[in-house]
Amino acid sequence: MIQNSLQALGHSTLNAFSRTGRATLFLLGVLPSLWAALVRLPLLIKQLYNVGVQTLSIILVAGVFVGMVLALQSYIVLVDFGAEESISLMVSLSILRELGPVFTGLLFAGRAGSALTAEIGLMKSTEQLSGMEMMAVDPMKYVMAPRFMAGLISVPLLTIIFMAIAILGGYYVSTEMLGQDGGVFWSQMHAKVDFYEDVMNGIIKSLVFGFVIVWIAVFEGYDCVPTSEGLGQATTRTVVHSSLAVLGLDFILTAIMFAS
Amino acid sequence: MSFSRGSRKIFDNLNMDIERGKVTAIMGPSGTGKTTLLKLIGGQLKPDTGSILVDGENVHQLGKRALYDLRQRTMGMLFQSGALLTDLSVYDNVAFPLREHTKLTESGIRHLVLLKLNAVGLRGARSLMPNELSGGMARRVALARAIALDPAMIMYDEPFTGQDPISMGVLVKLIRDLNHALDLTSVVVSHDVAETASISDYIYLIAEGRVVEQGTPDALGKSHSGWVDQFMNGLADGPVPFQYPAPPLVDELMQVGP
Repeated sequence: MIQNSLQALGHSTLNAFSRTGRATLFLLGVLPSLWAALVRLPLLIKQLYNVGVQTLSIILVAGVFVGMVLALQSYIVLVDFGAEESISLMVSLSILRELGPVFTGLLFAGRAGSALTAEIGLMKSTEQLSGMEMMAVDPMKYVMAPRFMAGLISVPLLTIIFMAIAILGGYYVSTEMLGQDGGVFWSQMHAKVDFYEDVMNGIIKSLVFGFVIVWIAVFEGYDCVPTSEGLGQATTRTVVHSSLAVLGLDFILTAIMFAS
Repeated sequence: MSFSRGSRKIFDNLNMDIERGKVTAIMGPSGTGKTTLLKLIGGQLKPDTGSILVDGENVHQLGKRALYDLRQRTMGMLFQSGALLTDLSVYDNVAFPLREHTKLTESGIRHLVLLKLNAVGLRGARSLMPNELSGGMARRVALARAIALDPAMIMYDEPFTGQDPISMGVLVKLIRDLNHALDLTSVVVSHDVAETASISDYIYLIAEGRVVEQGTPDALGKSHSGWVDQFMNGLADGPVPFQYPAPPLVDELMQVGP
């Protein structure tokens, strides 16, 4: 019994190391090919549409609701202290520093990350990647690089859109439902929100999240066992690992950025 | 050359010569590694020991760029599944290698694509997407794509599977004609004994990881080898067991459990 458990633990550990090694080698293979994505603009634009534009609707809907809920919750707490005029600060700082990048990362992993893994995995199982190799077309340049680059570009843009729409949602609840003054909402934000400290740090977070999510998503597709079951497992791994990576990295980045 | 997958030995000191300008058939029972052999020749897999020379170059000692150059210059491959790019139409699939590797104008590419598709009888299907094709049609499109760049050597993996008798007859003739007209080297992996033998200059029969017989179709036709007799005539009894290794059926039926 104990021997079996130890054996299973050893197997899992070796597997994890092996996967990490393969993922690193994969990344080292993709990074030099990223320039190719800029040369093949039609491919990049197609992927920007697939991973970016197609994720936009879920970002907009989630953003507006998150902003509205945040405004309501802030009001409930702040009104007891007579500080309800600070709703805009609560909403904007939470959205810009944390919720914008994290929510966008999680939604992107679920919507676009899983789709990327499934698409590349299916290309592998139907020998499309092998076919390209035999036609002397490098799948790293033709398939992986445009998807990788599209993810890197899309996530920060989607994050900015999420931030903007969430703050507008908060503004709507604050002014239309709670009767706060619109001018106060914006002036409080203008006075207390720092562009570099708050906005830029949020965008830097989104860049890091985007990089990690597309790395995981594209690698899982490329590395999957080319069967129905293997493809399903790879897609699940993409969502789980990306989500955990986003949450873990958020803590680390927050600790670094706001340590002072 | 030797090659293993895990602990299973696929090829054990396999030695073959594929003559330039000829049609060489590789036949053998299912699971003997014929497709694996094509992938080894194409440099997609690496042998454990030994070497594979294509056009004088050791495929597995080449760097990535040199290997891609060799593939572009000398190799075309028809995959068993077709391996068509599913987001491109039939036309764009055939045009794909031309757009990637030549500086031809779209008008020049159009001419070539229509000629190649006409050769496989699918010029009229150029607007269809791969998911609208039958398995046989997809393989014919893949064949048109494989010959698009007129490579020096084409490897065909089961080109006749799923073809109706008319298409099969045309494909058999096409492979033979292409080989003669363009002085190509063709490697055909197939189970269709009669069709393949009719266009082959030389046949390798492989089983159990080695070449068990080889020769011209005429020579193999006259051979008294058990391997040749069983495979060419589709006999159940012979050196190739029909059953995958297993305990006797009666023992298994009497056993309780899975």
